[in-house]
Amino acid sequence: MITHQHPHYILLPVSPLFIAVSLITGFLLNLLPWGRWIGVPDFVALILVFWSIHQPRKVGMGVAFFMGLLMDVHDAALLGENALAYTLLSYFAIMIHRRVLWFPTATQALHVLPLLLLAQLVSLVVRLLVAGRFPGWLYFAESFVSVALWPALSWLLLAPQRRAVDRDDTRPI
Amino acid sequence: MEYSPPPLFKQGASARAKVVFFAMIALILLVVDSRMRTLSVVRQVVGTVLYPVEVVAMMPRDALYFVGGYFTSLSDLKEQNEKLRTQQTLDARALQQGQQLQAENAQLRRLLGTSEQLPVKSIMGEILYDTRDAFTRKVVLDRGIKHGVAPGQPVIDHAGVIGQVTRVFPFTSEVTLLTDKDQTIPVQVVRSGLRSVTYGRGQSNILDLRFVPTNADIKKGDVLVTSGIDGVYPAGLAVATVVQVDTKSADAFARILCQPIAGVDRNRQLLILLTSSTMPPPPKEVVEKNSRSSFLEHAANRTNGTKGEAKESAPSPAPAPATKER
Repeated sequence: MITHQHPHYILLPVSPLFIAVSLITGFLLNLLPWGRWIGVPDFVALILVFWSIHQPRKVGMGVAFFMGLLMDVHDAALLGENALAYTLLSYFAIMIHRRVLWFPTATQALHVLPLLLLAQLVSLVVRLLVAGRFPGWLYFAESFVSVALWPALSWLLLAPQRRAVDRDDTRPI
Repeated sequence: MEYSPPPLFKQGASARAKVVFFAMIALILLVVDSRMRTLSVVRQVVGTVLYPVEVVAMMPRDALYFVGGYFTSLSDLKEQNEKLRTQQTLDARALQQGQQLQAENAQLRRLLGTSEQLPVKSIMGEILYDTRDAFTRKVVLDRGIKHGVAPGQPVIDHAGVIGQVTRVFPFTSEVTLLTDKDQTIPVQVVRSGLRSVTYGRGQSNILDLRFVPTNADIKKGDVLVTSGIDGVYPAGLAVATVVQVDTKSADAFARILCQPIAGVDRNRQLLILLTSSTMPPPPKEVVEKNSRSSFLEHAANRTNGTKGEAKESAPSPAPAPATKER
């Protein structure tokens, strides 16, 4: 029944190079000097969730842990804070990946939201334990912005796999 | 994992085993980093590797700044030029007076037999980025160990103190802003000479002056400068102005809020003061009968510490006032 509402395409195999490029792009986006704007999405987390759901065999907790360490050093945070958050994020994404892909992207976003909130909560708890101060509820706005980007991100990151196998003149990419 | 092949195919460790493994490593890193602070090597290595990537990531912004700067209109530049000229004239007067005062001060100090205050060396740094972190107030500068930056050095802008270098990498350094939670700086009220310590409050752009008695001589509009008794900040740098004094509370202490004078989150170009951060040794356990002399000795050590060379490096040639007291 659901398949009537949104067709499932048979996708080409993903290129590991494209996964790497997308993760690096996400990291560069995170490195941009956003400063203290409220609700700037964590692109690395979002892209990690995406690949953990779509390609759990290629992008798993090891990659997530490593990206987390990089973010820790960049953010001048405690070493291991983002690493822990991303590892758990990846784990739960892998746990739900079979179910999520049956839904249209808007509903997928609803599944992803709790994961992102959980990752933020992990950071928050770690900080509060190491004598931080509660930054206010707007701190969680980041996850909602990320989730709003999910349909666009899905379209973008699946685009290379949606190409036709044979090159012809009418093919867009 | 994907569509569950039967277990006779090789699948590697289970997801649960992996998550436990990586979470344990992360937790160990967390505990070690927060309690023992021995992971600076790991941080240094990763930070150095990251530096070129960071520079690449900053390129779009820097290009934007460049283009924006290029197309700044003529009238803007004229106006700015005018303003700077006026400022320069005002500053020139202060500078001349300052030179005279400095000479006079040096002479007086010679008369008193205390050693002269050395001028502090400094280097210009530029903010690379604010950290993406809702919990702390830190910025990263593009100057590091290679340029002589060391942890503990104060960072100022043209108006006053911004913060303090807390971590250094080969090419970059982290500066904790005054407004970071519980970042402290010893200050002195210019008008009354009252000494105290300001504390950052985390989020808001406001500093706290804690443990000041309700009857202390402090009022709204007072300017706070560094007192220099901590051996880290040179004395006399502007820190904050008092914006609110609330003595009606039931506590024994007044509730005093101050606003930083420096553009804590406005300016991009900052000055790092290359003070050597060798702290004076802590005072020895005071024996009752000679408590007075050791107190004076401790005070002498502290004044030495601000001038760069701590006494611990050369214990035998003590400065004049300390030897007199002995």
